[in-house]
Amino acid sequence: MSVYFPQKLLPYLLLMPQLVVTAIFFLWPAGQAVEQAFYQEDAFGLSRDFVGLDNFTELLTSSEYFASLKTTMVFSFSVAFLGLAVALWLAVMADRVIRGAMVYQTLLIWPYAVAPALAGVLWWILFDPSMGPMALLLESIGIDWNHFVNGDQAMILVVISATWKQISYNFLFFLAGLQAIPRSLIEAAAIDGAGPSKRFWDIVFPLLSPTTFFLLVVNLVYAFFETFGVIDATTQGGPGQSTTTMVYKVFNDGFVGLDLGSSAAQSVVLMVIVGLMTVVQFRYIERKVQY
Amino acid sequence: MIENRPWLTGFSHLVLILGVLVVALPVWVAIVASTDPANAFGVGHIPLWFGDQAFANWHQVLIGKEGQASQVLRMTLNSLIMALGITFGKIAISLFSAYAIVFFRFPFRGLEFWVIFFTLMLPVEVRIVPTYEVVANLNLLNSYTGLTLPLIASATATFLFRQCFMSIPGELVEAARIDGAGPIRFFFDILLPMSRTNIAALFVILFIYGWNQYLWPLIVTTDDAYYTLVMSVKRMLSVPDGDIEWNKVMVSTLLAMIPPVLVVIGMQKLFVKGLVDAEK
Repeated sequence: MSVYFPQKLLPYLLLMPQLVVTAIFFLWPAGQAVEQAFYQEDAFGLSRDFVGLDNFTELLTSSEYFASLKTTMVFSFSVAFLGLAVALWLAVMADRVIRGAMVYQTLLIWPYAVAPALAGVLWWILFDPSMGPMALLLESIGIDWNHFVNGDQAMILVVISATWKQISYNFLFFLAGLQAIPRSLIEAAAIDGAGPSKRFWDIVFPLLSPTTFFLLVVNLVYAFFETFGVIDATTQGGPGQSTTTMVYKVFNDGFVGLDLGSSAAQSVVLMVIVGLMTVVQFRYIERKVQY
Repeated sequence: MIENRPWLTGFSHLVLILGVLVVALPVWVAIVASTDPANAFGVGHIPLWFGDQAFANWHQVLIGKEGQASQVLRMTLNSLIMALGITFGKIAISLFSAYAIVFFRFPFRGLEFWVIFFTLMLPVEVRIVPTYEVVANLNLLNSYTGLTLPLIASATATFLFRQCFMSIPGELVEAARIDGAGPIRFFFDILLPMSRTNIAALFVILFIYGWNQYLWPLIVTTDDAYYTLVMSVKRMLSVPDGDIEWNKVMVSTLLAMIPPVLVVIGMQKLFVKGLVDAEK
């Protein structure tokens, strides 16, 4: 573009709505979070004291916060890994079948449209300890399932619910990535005598690495920030703290525990993490991982 | 097909069919559960086949029982207002700001670009408490403005339109100017029609995003006149474990997921385009 309109005032008017909304609902709250993070407020919100970095040191020395960090990591990487593995497998299969690939795509993509909270409810009823068919099935093979009591099982339930929704997204991108790989490469390998599994690991999988890396980042961001509904609708962070991720903890400490200083400090920590993730996403995806 | 391996093709179909079935399993159970009487749910059993209460359950949720009118229509309307408000809001303000950034030169242009970029780094979940306070201070709790406005700033949509506008040749702008079209005329008569597909694709994605909002409506509404469908399911579950009316919960769950699922299936091409574009 090298031709511009000469108006001087109009561009500001055009930008105004977006800037106003951003300033009021993004920058102002973010600033408030940063400010609040240096204060300690009493439970009724009547007075507050400047406490310097106390909220942060308290946070970084609290074992609870590190537990939630660990929970977040376990949860996010499980969701990302499981979602990528299942979706890749399905996409490779769909890429193989010539007839019906589009039908399978339609049948696999709709869970994307289901709200995370509803996905949680749907899997909850399947795994309900007293009557869910999956729980009864597990019981019949000797596994005592109760995600209201057992933290690991609660984690498995939220991971399954969160992954279920994300498979469709990964599947679409993997299928597109697979279809972009030149047939001639695969054919050449086949003529040289490489079987389907060798061709996959030596040619297809490396060529897919940009897609895989991109999806890994997207899935981690999804698991970090968009799975609040899954957790809130099913386990509410429990039992104990076993499914309290960092994002859930910000909400819980702020709205339920009313510890505003700590919640704000956690917000600031999360903002730094998102900032880093955004930078990584932009830096590396632009450059693309490629063999 | 590289080589003919019938057993492998058969295996592929088998895996895919299994995948489709596993993905559909929870919805199957939900549909079945929505047709059963309440007493079919109890310790050790859950109905796995259709019951005969489909009409009664759906009727009760949709219309309400005697003396107690149903909130579902109200909530559907709220969900729709919220989803469409967010969608149109995001598209409009992003179109305007991308237009300003691409077709005009003005001081602080770079700075404004970064301010918009910054919103990418601040998902609402991260700054939930202070955002709630701001909205409360502005007296926007329990209002449609409070439900939609804080969510309509979108860096993604702005970047998408910026990308799309930058591919428009400068000659087009020149030609329009020679023909006497000002910037506003150019925007409505040339730019908008040219971006039709992009707008439609984004519409699909944003509608789903708006409809599925959960945390935000949960905290900014306390008046049930503003409840949305998705969040209402959680309220139906917030009762002691044994008292959950699973058949009605499932009716509500299905109701809340049908509109966005229909949108995805009905507009699959646009949906795929929207997803791919939004991530570029």
